[in-house]
Amino acid sequence: MKNLLIKNLHYQHCGPIDIQINSGECVAIFGASGSGKSLLLRALADLDEHTGDISLDDISMNQVSAPEWRQKVALLPAESQWWFDTLGEHFSEIDHQLIKQFGFPENVMSWSVSRLSSGEKQRLALLRLLLNKPDVLLLDEPTANLDKNNTLLFEKVVEDYIQQHSACVIWVSHDAHQLERVSSVQYQIEHGQLHRH
Amino acid sequence: MFIPLTSLDLSLAAVLVIMLALLSWRMQLNVTQQLIIAAIRTTVQLLLIGLVLKTIFTHVDILWVALICLVMLSVAGWEILSRQHRKLKGWWGFGVSTASLFVSSFFISILALITIIQADPWYHPQYAIPLLGMLLGNTMTGIALGMDRLVQTAWQQGSIIEQRLMLGQTSVQAINDIRKESMRAGMIPIINSMAAAGIVSLPGMMTGQILAGAPPVEAVKYQILIMFLITAGTGFGVISVLWFISRRLFDDRHRLRFDQLLKTVKNK
Repeated sequence: MKNLLIKNLHYQHCGPIDIQINSGECVAIFGASGSGKSLLLRALADLDEHTGDISLDDISMNQVSAPEWRQKVALLPAESQWWFDTLGEHFSEIDHQLIKQFGFPENVMSWSVSRLSSGEKQRLALLRLLLNKPDVLLLDEPTANLDKNNTLLFEKVVEDYIQQHSACVIWVSHDAHQLERVSSVQYQIEHGQLHRH
Repeated sequence: MFIPLTSLDLSLAAVLVIMLALLSWRMQLNVTQQLIIAAIRTTVQLLLIGLVLKTIFTHVDILWVALICLVMLSVAGWEILSRQHRKLKGWWGFGVSTASLFVSSFFISILALITIIQADPWYHPQYAIPLLGMLLGNTMTGIALGMDRLVQTAWQQGSIIEQRLMLGQTSVQAINDIRKESMRAGMIPIINSMAAAGIVSLPGMMTGQILAGAPPVEAVKYQILIMFLITAGTGFGVISVLWFISRRLFDDRHRLRFDQLLKTVKNK
């Protein structure tokens, strides 16, 4: 069983935060801009300084190297970054089945990055992230720039991944309807604290 | 044959600079003040160093040579810092630029003095000071360029670096492309001047020796030696700067930390 255990987490002005996320569970977090949602995800991916205990399957964050931790606890930012000219250069391996499942043709890896739409970009960023086979997905407003169709497509792909890998997911969003659709539990972040909704 | 210059000779050249200053003032080109100040600085600084060298050449003493070299080294260190677009944290930035100059110029000068030039004594200021001066002046440019490119690009591409970290890359992997680019930026000037030497340009040191009456082939040999020393110095200097800065840019948990490197940035 995979589960993410967060105890007495403090970062910036926020905390203490205690929460447990179980295998196959999707937890939603919402709150006003600047309430510390994105920073929470960054702390969980060990991208910012923080104090407290974060552990995955009883293995504490500090027991593994930061790159290893980030492969297990994967953060998808609201806007993905691409630094090479073609898509393929960003991928160290190619999973044809996953590509098909994401609704892309076989030759997608030869596509030029500059021609991608924001919907395609976000799905491909998720694809790139999932190739690390993470146990935890941290999604930071992943569909904020997507239209209705692309949003539903994205949700479907995440749902499939949760089922196939019994992953844990934290989904941050402003869209209450979306959070109803994707998550089993919802939390509001306010004054640096999580409140069950 | 060596022809000494008189004050009148220099004044004639100075008139050219003054004419240029007047013309640019008339045309409102905004360089007049800088031009005049720089021209005065070069006159005063060079005359002073001329006097200093004259004194030191007559009293060869390792302590005096060392003192002059240290002054040159720290001034060059400040010069590198002042050429940076993003201000590095004070003493740390000075430490890095001086340390890299130490590797690139100091160490290489001493090596060349002892093993190649073999003057008697090896620290004889007639060889030691011009050699160090040439190395400092040239490697400084490369180091300043490489350092500036690394810090600027890392700053502009901060979100790309973080994206790469999020995908589980190590800090070295995440900064590697930027490091390559910065190494290139630092090395291009010296690579170009080696490639163009003798065809497009006659390097200054060689021309100076020829003007002073040295046989051309001897002057050329010295020039080749200097070119190689500058190249090696610039390369080692840029590499050490890249190493220091990219270590400082991240902490031990592979987090991007501009607050450790730059003056005005606080950690968000």
